[in-house]
Amino acid sequence: MTAAPEQIDVLDAAREQVLERGVGLDEQQVLQVLELPDERIADLLALAHEVRERWCGPEVEVEGIVSLKTGGCPEDCHFCSQSGQFPSPVRSAWLDIPGLVRAARQTRDTGATEFCIVAAVRGPDKRLLSQVRDGIKAIRADGNDIQIACSLGMLTQEQVDELVEMGCHRYNHNLETARSHFPSVVTTHSWEERWDTLRMVREAGMEVCCGGIIGMGETLAQRAEFAVQLASLQPDEVPLNFLIPNPGTPYENYPVVEGPDALRAVGAFRLALPRTILRFAGGRELTFGDLGAKQGMLGGINAIIVGNYLTNLGRPAQQDLDMLTDLNMPIKALSQTL
Amino acid sequence: MSVVSAKFCQFCGKSSDEGDHAACQRRLSMIDPPRYCAECARRMVVQVTPGGWTARCSRHGEITSAR
Repeated sequence: MTAAPEQIDVLDAAREQVLERGVGLDEQQVLQVLELPDERIADLLALAHEVRERWCGPEVEVEGIVSLKTGGCPEDCHFCSQSGQFPSPVRSAWLDIPGLVRAARQTRDTGATEFCIVAAVRGPDKRLLSQVRDGIKAIRADGNDIQIACSLGMLTQEQVDELVEMGCHRYNHNLETARSHFPSVVTTHSWEERWDTLRMVREAGMEVCCGGIIGMGETLAQRAEFAVQLASLQPDEVPLNFLIPNPGTPYENYPVVEGPDALRAVGAFRLALPRTILRFAGGRELTFGDLGAKQGMLGGINAIIVGNYLTNLGRPAQQDLDMLTDLNMPIKALSQTL
Repeated sequence: MSVVSAKFCQFCGKSSDEGDHAACQRRLSMIDPPRYCAECARRMVVQVTPGGWTARCSRHGEITSAR
């Protein structure tokens, strides 16, 4: 009988491949990480943190986000309380320009370098783009030099060019989940349509922000598939959300992602994306609580959204800023991003 | 913000006197602004911003997170 070849431990392989050479894990390796037993999570997070420090540095990028146009979206993203296709309690609302300026100022006052303007739409129409243009002008007129990102759904080339001209430096458009799982999550548009927008955004010179949501019924294999699909996009930023089962959505009864699974995902995504800004986004409050948030920050995360989200509330910004101080993690300064 | 003395739960919109609203309270204390008017259970127009929220009932006016 021949002995089976000794399997190389995935974290040992990652130390050489990701930490030393900066090459992200492949799909099979990411899956192995996602399947690590609980007693290996600490080792995983420690390595992911080393990778983050080695390839991204010690700074943490802080961002605030705001919903410019809430609710009434024609798309059927099953996780989203803003879809007009589900009986969600979220009603349509528009934020006016003074409100947008105040939100940008609140964000800047936290020390954040990023402010993302978001709208629940399939893609922007003339009215929305006009509102964004006026909003950016007003934010600048307020003396606020924060970097402005937008998330307005799928774009045409003309709209991409218009956003560049307005001074939008980064565009968020999440692929949300693995390509193989996407049709279970969204039926009104395709993963490929989202990819096309991301390609245009990159070619136009804007930074690409693209992530997704963990916990939408995907298998661990699909979670691994998603990580490497994101890596192939080479995004500047990946926001990592954890499902918030919102009332009225098809996912309202889905379980909250368990802390250990979420931490495995954080570590795995860092090892698949060693050079990318990996941002803690929505759902971390439910999934992690306070202790887990620290573990994530010490497990490969190097960016956070502070304050509230689009329709859900986050922790008070000061609580997260205090956490970064406790962890001795410097906040990325605006001068470093220009 | 409290829903204890309210007629209706601000998370689910059902009568505060009927059923168990512990899970609703947990959501309201952690990640959700009020969605339903405590007086009449109408869905409110809610605007969340990085530092707070406002919720407006067409009949009973606006409440905010500001203290």
